[in-house]
Amino acid sequence: MRFSVVSRLSRRRRHRFAGPVMLLLGLLAVGGLYTAVVPENSAVADDAAQSQQIEEGKKLFAVNCASCHGLNAEGGTDGEGRMAGPSLIGVGAAAVDFQVGTGRMPAMQTGAQVPRKDPVLNEEETAALAAYIASLGPGAPIPPEEVYDVSNATEEQITRGGELFRTNCTACHNFAGQGGALPQGRYAPTLMGVDPKHIYEAMLTGPQQMPVFSDQVLTPQDKHDIIAYIKGMEEQSDPGGFSLGRLGPVSEGLWGWLFGIGALVAVAVWIGAKGVKAGRSHSE
Amino acid sequence: MSDDRLPAKPDAHGEDDGYGGDLVLADPAGDPVADPGLEPHEDRITDIDPDAATRVERQVATMFGLATLLTIAFVVAYFAIDKDTVVWIGPLRTNALNLTLGMTLGLALFLIGAGAIQWAKKLMVDKEIVEHRNPVHTSEADQAEMLKEFNAGTAESGFTRRKLIRRSLIGALGVLGIPPIIMLADLGPPPGRRLFETVWTEGIRVVNDVTLRPLRPSDMVIGQLVNGLPANLQELAEEDHTEYLNAKAKAAVILVRIRPDQITPLPGRENWGVDGILCYSKICTHVGCPISLYEQVTHHVLCPCHQSTFDLADNAKVLFGPAARPLPQLPIMVDSEGYLAAQSGFHEPVGPSFWERGERG
Repeated sequence: MRFSVVSRLSRRRRHRFAGPVMLLLGLLAVGGLYTAVVPENSAVADDAAQSQQIEEGKKLFAVNCASCHGLNAEGGTDGEGRMAGPSLIGVGAAAVDFQVGTGRMPAMQTGAQVPRKDPVLNEEETAALAAYIASLGPGAPIPPEEVYDVSNATEEQITRGGELFRTNCTACHNFAGQGGALPQGRYAPTLMGVDPKHIYEAMLTGPQQMPVFSDQVLTPQDKHDIIAYIKGMEEQSDPGGFSLGRLGPVSEGLWGWLFGIGALVAVAVWIGAKGVKAGRSHSE
Repeated sequence: MSDDRLPAKPDAHGEDDGYGGDLVLADPAGDPVADPGLEPHEDRITDIDPDAATRVERQVATMFGLATLLTIAFVVAYFAIDKDTVVWIGPLRTNALNLTLGMTLGLALFLIGAGAIQWAKKLMVDKEIVEHRNPVHTSEADQAEMLKEFNAGTAESGFTRRKLIRRSLIGALGVLGIPPIIMLADLGPPPGRRLFETVWTEGIRVVNDVTLRPLRPSDMVIGQLVNGLPANLQELAEEDHTEYLNAKAKAAVILVRIRPDQITPLPGRENWGVDGILCYSKICTHVGCPISLYEQVTHHVLCPCHQSTFDLADNAKVLFGPAARPLPQLPIMVDSEGYLAAQSGFHEPVGPSFWERGERG
């Protein structure tokens, strides 16, 4: 028994990855020990990591974004002088996190509006891009999780959020957050199923045609309450079994018209239909 | 059903069957389309087969019987089911009491109706009959009698003879029309200047709707939209709620911040904004819907009611839709404490046009 353990160990010691693995472990141990023992130097390490992230973000920008937004994010035009992509200097990390995190950017084609889609870049790449853009000029940073975490929202906060939502958001996004039409093919997208972080960032940065609701006017608490209200609407059950788009009387009326009037027509047809005849009578 | 009970088919079409003989035109020769008469009557199976008739009778009785049971079930459910019980039917979630009451009474009424229709269709006599159209006026003799009585009554009352009575009666009835017209004046106080004025005056701060927070220019970034109210509105809310709602309906504003080089102010309006922050009435000039559907890139604000579109960078000029006038602009300034406030009230009435608004409407 003892012999077999020893032989297994020694066999592993002779494995061709044994050297590199041991080296890695050793480096990690030394590095970990070093950071633990010398904490005052961590800022330098962070700076180094950050500048590496920015460097990485710059490379990602050159590949994914520069064709429209310009090589240095100064904004770009198409061949005919129309703006292809706006300048991103000073838009901040929150705008990047929203646009790339919801898949809107990189855009696949120009049009009335860039639609939401599955994200093209992963979280790490998004963070690198955001760090690069944030390094170009001051802008809104990515909000910390505690400001948009609505899992502990109170009834009072949700009610207040509803009031703020109906004042500031319903004009475009509909009273049930279902979205709505804007002029010339543009639209306000639905708010159902949107990450709370992205809702917060949208209010903070005003993507596309959406106006900005800055933290000074709608405070982080106001935004938190609005998000709590939207999430509350998401969880609402539909007593009728179908939401019918929650568009109110239009879709409900259409349902009533098609099915209610349809049933009445069927009954009317039955009343008016001739029954089976046995044939011509001779009895008269 | 056996075939021997079915009547034999007629050999030839058009033999006199006893129907339609009454329908004779006054001048058959003058009508290019000959009167086809009534279709020959055909018996239903239930007319000639007693078994079929009994079956239908049982069907109808079953429907009426079920309706009776359902009505009793309605009464029982009314007392038996707790009003707060909820049932799930697949994805459907509903109140059990409402569902049961609706289903029982609804089905009972439907079955009574369906039974009656089935009865009428299958069992009641369905022979075609002809009813001639009769004149609808009263007979000549009755008319003459009526006229005679009326004339006699007129003569006996002296209505034509006693002119004084007749004229004073007509006068009395005519004057009766005046009181309703007088009372119309009391439907409400006349609006006076209230349509021309809002609670905005010089120095009133703009506050954010709902949170009532005053605004500094630095709070607003390019592309910002704020739904605003006058700061003095809240005093009204505590005094007189109706008056508060009326005042709010007129005084609501939207503030936007646009890059100053994109704004093209009208002559005399150059200093109505603060570093690109502009303040406009939120009330559409078409029929008064509140509008805040703002696109920050185009600076257009769209009214969701009838799609009137205004360009806020160009003095809220109407770009599209039925609105006839730009949104009134509220001149704003920074007050001594650094908050955004009105330079003055609106220079024109806000909201939809009205008769007394004058030629600028």
